[in-house]
Amino acid sequence: MAKVLVVTSGKGGVGKTTTTAALGAALAQAGQSVAVVDFDVGLRNLDLVMGAERRVVYDLINVVNGDAKLNQALIRDKRLENLSLLPASQTRDKDALTDEGIARVMDELREKFDWVICDSPAGIERGATLAMRHADLAVVVTNPEVSSVRDSDRIIGLLDSKTLKAERGETMEKHLILTRYDAARADRGDMLKIDDVLEILSIPLLAIIPESMEVLRASNVGCPVTLNNPLSAPARAYIDAVRRLKGETVPMSVPSDKKSLLNKLFTRRAA
Amino acid sequence: MSLLNLFNRRGSAPVARDRLQLILAHERGGAGGSDLVMILREEILAVIAKHVIVEQDKVQIRLERGKDVSTLGVDIELPVSLAPRRQAA
Repeated sequence: MAKVLVVTSGKGGVGKTTTTAALGAALAQAGQSVAVVDFDVGLRNLDLVMGAERRVVYDLINVVNGDAKLNQALIRDKRLENLSLLPASQTRDKDALTDEGIARVMDELREKFDWVICDSPAGIERGATLAMRHADLAVVVTNPEVSSVRDSDRIIGLLDSKTLKAERGETMEKHLILTRYDAARADRGDMLKIDDVLEILSIPLLAIIPESMEVLRASNVGCPVTLNNPLSAPARAYIDAVRRLKGETVPMSVPSDKKSLLNKLFTRRAA
Repeated sequence: MSLLNLFNRRGSAPVARDRLQLILAHERGGAGGSDLVMILREEILAVIAKHVIVEQDKVQIRLERGKDVSTLGVDIELPVSLAPRRQAA
């Protein structure tokens, strides 16, 4: 049975789109058929991060309005044939998304794919609530930083009240992905620790994505980090996350990119 | 805080954690934290702030609904010196 997963955060710039692309590609590599759906109408970026920006013809709003069939709007990934992208519209505004239209598209996606991953826009407005509305489970992306944690707390409240699942009286399954984590800075007491964030948000941890050059490198070339450099620390963290989503028990760790002691001494960042 | 922290310079992360816990306890509302309490807190704070500098977390407001009587408890911790509020620029 298809699973609809929303990637959400409240705050912008914490890694929702990176996470959507990375999880989507890793799930596809694990043999699942996957659609990644961009809900950020007017500010679409999932196409760019996936490297499909020049292949967009129709978008989510065209499908919602019935101007295009779902199959016409879906862009099949060039690297993984069981991974597809449904881009957001860049020109229309969020009000063009109707409840009924989205419900119809989500039903159709559920029939075609094993996993539907919805990339939520930042904020708590219509786009964000629509992205989470049909979800079976949620991944909350948070940076170890006060504003991000506060906004995630707000989003968790919405997941528990504004989704179809919540309205049916069911419990929304929620997972935390902590991004841009720097173990050295946390050890020095200059960054919120994993346990601090977990204690405050009290949802289970799905992955810790270390701060890494690889994330920017992957988006620069338009390739999900899990495909671009599968052995890099963030990719390994996302691949473990996917194994957990599929029900495997994988011990939690903070992956790191290998560095020699000398390298460490010379590349130590100023706090 | 552990003894070790007295000797080491304390990082900023514990401050972040404490601030978050405080603000989220407010925002989550939950049992007893009704809108009325939030409104009362803000208005009471505004009145006091005209005369004295009081930190938000030094004001405790409890609203207890009983069968016959409801009580509103306001507990304000004032600074030692009742310094007048600085004029805002």
